[in-house]
This record gives sequence, C-alpha cells and structure tokens, in this order.
Amino acid sequence: MLYIECPWCGFRDDEEFHYGGEAHIQRPTDPNELNDEEFSEYLYLKSNPKGVILERWLHSRGCRRWFNVLRNTVTNEITEIYPIDTLPNSKEGTEYYGQNWRRKSSVEKTIKPREYK
Amino acid sequence: MKKPASNQGMQGLRSEKEKYSIFSLARNSLTYHENWSQAWRSPEPKSEYDTIIIGAGGHGLATAYYLASQHGMRNIAVVDKGWLGGGNTGRNTTIIRSNYMWDESAGIYEHSLKLWEKLSQELNFNTMFSQRGVLTLAHTEHELKEMNRRVEAIRLNGIDSEVLNPNQIKKLVPIIDINPRLRYPVMGGFIQRRGGTARHDAVAWGYARAADSLGVDIIQNCEATGFIIEKGTVKGIQTAKGPIRAKKVGCVVSGHAGVLANLAGFRLPIDSRPLQALVSEPIKPILDTVIMSNSVHMYVSQSDKGEMVFGAGVDSYNSYAQRGSLNIIEGMLAAAVELFPVFSRLRMLRSWGGVVDTCPDASPIISKTPIDNLYFNCGWGTGGFKATPGSGHVFADLIAKDEPNLISAPFSLNRFISGYLIDEHGAAGVAH
Repeated sequence: MLYIECPWCGFRDDEEFHYGGEAHIQRPTDPNELNDEEFSEYLYLKSNPKGVILERWLHSRGCRRWFNVLRNTVTNEITEIYPIDTLPNSKEGTEYYGQNWRRKSSVEKTIKPREYK
Repeated sequence: MKKPASNQGMQGLRSEKEKYSIFSLARNSLTYHENWSQAWRSPEPKSEYDTIIIGAGGHGLATAYYLASQHGMRNIAVVDKGWLGGGNTGRNTTIIRSNYMWDESAGIYEHSLKLWEKLSQELNFNTMFSQRGVLTLAHTEHELKEMNRRVEAIRLNGIDSEVLNPNQIKKLVPIIDINPRLRYPVMGGFIQRRGGTARHDAVAWGYARAADSLGVDIIQNCEATGFIIEKGTVKGIQTAKGPIRAKKVGCVVSGHAGVLANLAGFRLPIDSRPLQALVSEPIKPILDTVIMSNSVHMYVSQSDKGEMVFGAGVDSYNSYAQRGSLNIIEGMLAAAVELFPVFSRLRMLRSWGGVVDTCPDASPIISKTPIDNLYFNCGWGTGGFKATPGSGHVFADLIAKDEPNLISAPFSLNRFISGYLIDEHGAAGVAH
C-alpha cells in the first residue's frame, strides 16, 4: 500500500488516488507535423523505469487535484511531491528529468518546450 | 529412414533421460526415492552460443525447447537472473483458456491450448493439465448481451464456448449464490469446457528437463546486464558471469522487458505493474471448475492440494517491487465472499505479487526489434501463463526463421505505428 502525501490533504492511502502515469510527457502542438512513427513514440512508448520515476497522481476521492510525485519503483519510496506545473527540485528528480529519453524524442524536437514555473 | 528434425524431441528424451512412468515410480520407491536421476544440469556458460534466451520462465524454456525440438538447434543457452520458473511462472494462478474474441488472439491462444492438450506426453512430465472448464460470469444486463456477442465470435473461430443461465451455473457450481437480490447478481455466464488449469511449476520443470535433454544449457543465477551490439546487430550479451556471444538473442523477461529494451537502446509500449494472488488454507474438494468475474473482479479455482487460489487485480501504478496494495486484495475478497458465502470463514495462507508487463491493447508483443537478430516476447501482462506452449512455439519459429509466422505476425511491435491494435481488454478483464 502506498501512503501518499497530497499537498492539500496530507497523507492518505493510495486507494483515494488515481494514477496518472508518467509525468512531463509533452503533447505535440501539431500532430500533423509528425509521421506515424514519431506520433507512436508520443502515444505509446513508455519510460517504465526500474528505479526513479516522475509520475502524476490525482487525489480523486479527496480534493480532486493533480500533483507530481517522485517515487522509486523498486522500493516504492516517495521522495518528492511537487505541483503539477513545475519541474522536480531534488537532485535525483532533476537528473532523471534531464536524462530521460523524451528530452531527445522527435516530439520534443519538433515543438517549443513547455515552460514550467 | 532418418526421422525429420521435428520428431527428435522424444527420441532425445528417451535416450538421455530416465523416462518417467508408473514403473519408474515403483522402481524408485524401492530405494526410498533417493536415486532419481538429475532432471537438468547446471552448466557454466560457454563463450558462444547460436541462440541465447534471456529469462528461464515457462515462455523462455518453451522457446528453447521448441528451438531444439522443432528447428534442430542444439547450441542454445537460457540465462536467468534467479532460479528457473521463479518469476511470474511460479506466481500466476494457472488458468488456461482460449476464449478470446479477436481472430488474432484466437489464433495464438487456441494454438497454445492445442499444445497444452498433449504437453504432458510430449515432455514426459506430468503438467497436471486439467480441463475442468473456465466459467466467466455476467452481472449486468449489458454484460450478458455483450457476452452473447462475444461467444458467437469465439465460436466462429471454432473454439468451444457456451452461454449458461443462472440455474445451469448453480447446478455446475452448487456453492455459488445466485440470489437476484445481490448487489451484483449472477445473470448468466459463459463457459469454455476445454479450459482449465495446470501445475505452473511442472510446466517450467517439464520444459527445462526436455530442453536440457536436447542439449540446451540452462544457466541460473546469471543476470543479463547488457547487450553486445555491433553495427546494429546483436552479437551477444553481458552477464553476471561475463560476456557470452551469440548469433541470436531472444528476450522473454515479462516485467523486466522494458529494462532490457532500454539496455538495447529502444523503448517498448509497456508498463510494469504489480499483480497479486493469494491462496487459502487447504479444504476438501468444493469447486471443480474455474470461476471468473470481470465486473466484480474476482477469480477462483481450487488447487489439487485443496487450497482455494484467488487472483486479485493489477495495481494502477508502475512498480517492480513484486508486491501490491492491500486494498486490491480486500476488494477481490469482498466480491468472492458475496458470490460464495461459504468462503467467509476461510483463512488465507499466503499472498504474493509479481511484476507484469502490461501493453496498451492487452495483447502480447512477439516481435523483431530495431536491433537485428534481437527478438522480444513480452507484453503478456496479466495472462501469459495460458499461452506458455504457443508463445514458445511461435517465438522459436520467429527466432529460427527471422520472420514471423501467420500466428505471430499480428503481434509485432509495428502495430503501435500502424495502429492495428488487438484490443483484448474485454477478454483480459481479470483472469487473463
């Protein structure tokens, strides 16, 4: 059982939350600019890391707000929780974000990078 | 006349291994079962093989066995980071069926079921395959209508499938509660009588023993840590026991498929999630079929030891931890107790989790990859056990011929580019 600290409601069981999957996947602004292979990269391919993951959670049975979480998929340890429209602050979060394959993916090459606060 | 390579499986077995039979059982009982011969060797890896299979689970061992028995290859290694059959092969709830709706799925699962039906004889190993029937329940009007449509589609593919009304279900399973006042009443169901269960460990052991007797090296405690790739072609793997070169490499590592794909430099459309199961204390025979319910998310069968084997659902989040959340088990048991009030006093003995490789369309990936001579068989998600023989059979064919056959072709990675998905979320509801 995950014990997740909602930034607004505090610690709750994972049963109260809805999993939003990998965070920071950028949607192509104009899908027509991409060929099928590139669009498939955005639509289907997953990072699915063993270790650090940046992911989105929705407190669906609570305040119904989204937020981002840095979790380790082996130990399930949560080390950072940060607002949905920002990038992680911690060293491992920043490193993971920078080194993730999506930063070099065709989708992120063709569009203006999203601006985070 | 010399027999073709495809018939050498049993020949090899007979010549090299003691044949298991009632006579060998009687003979060995005279010496208190202390003189059984070794079922498989534990060799050190050679420096080079024709083919390496990563992952000594059911699918990987089956692949190696069929490469040896059907394609005449002998210089094969199967490497595993743990012990053989210690991953999802030893953790699943052993349900076998082939009642899938789409033609592509019907093709591979029915191919598999037909192999199951003669597997014990072929491997000379009792896989305890029991065609006790798999009954899927419907709890709403809509589900029942959808089920009728599904059953007709399945029958068009020549797969046995039959709709039952609540009274027929009660007759088949006397302990079930068909009271229409239940929150989710039993409104009907459909059964595949050729479906059933098998002993999961025996499947891994049977394939391991048969493959070993055909010369396959099964190397346990030897984790694959990387690939040797030269000019876009795989030339071998890095392991905990040093580099091993190979002409071809097949990966059959379920939950860790994404990790290995990453090491080879490409991505898969796969999320690894925890899936849990649990067994009760053993009781007298009370349930002689498999019951599944998609809408209340519960499935149960009784093992030959008498334990009730319950399968819970998959957790929503990615994890490699081999354990899931308790609320998933609570939800499943609540449904089980409502359908079978007699289970309310049953105590649970053990629960465990495995890491399953879920695909966006709940169908597997049996495919060539962007790296030449590197093949992946993954994405079976929550329901790979039933496909063990068929998956190994077609994957061996793909590796040997470097070209998919008619059964495996629809399951290539290219479907995520072409959009030709095989959406089996309906059939994959629970005990998939």
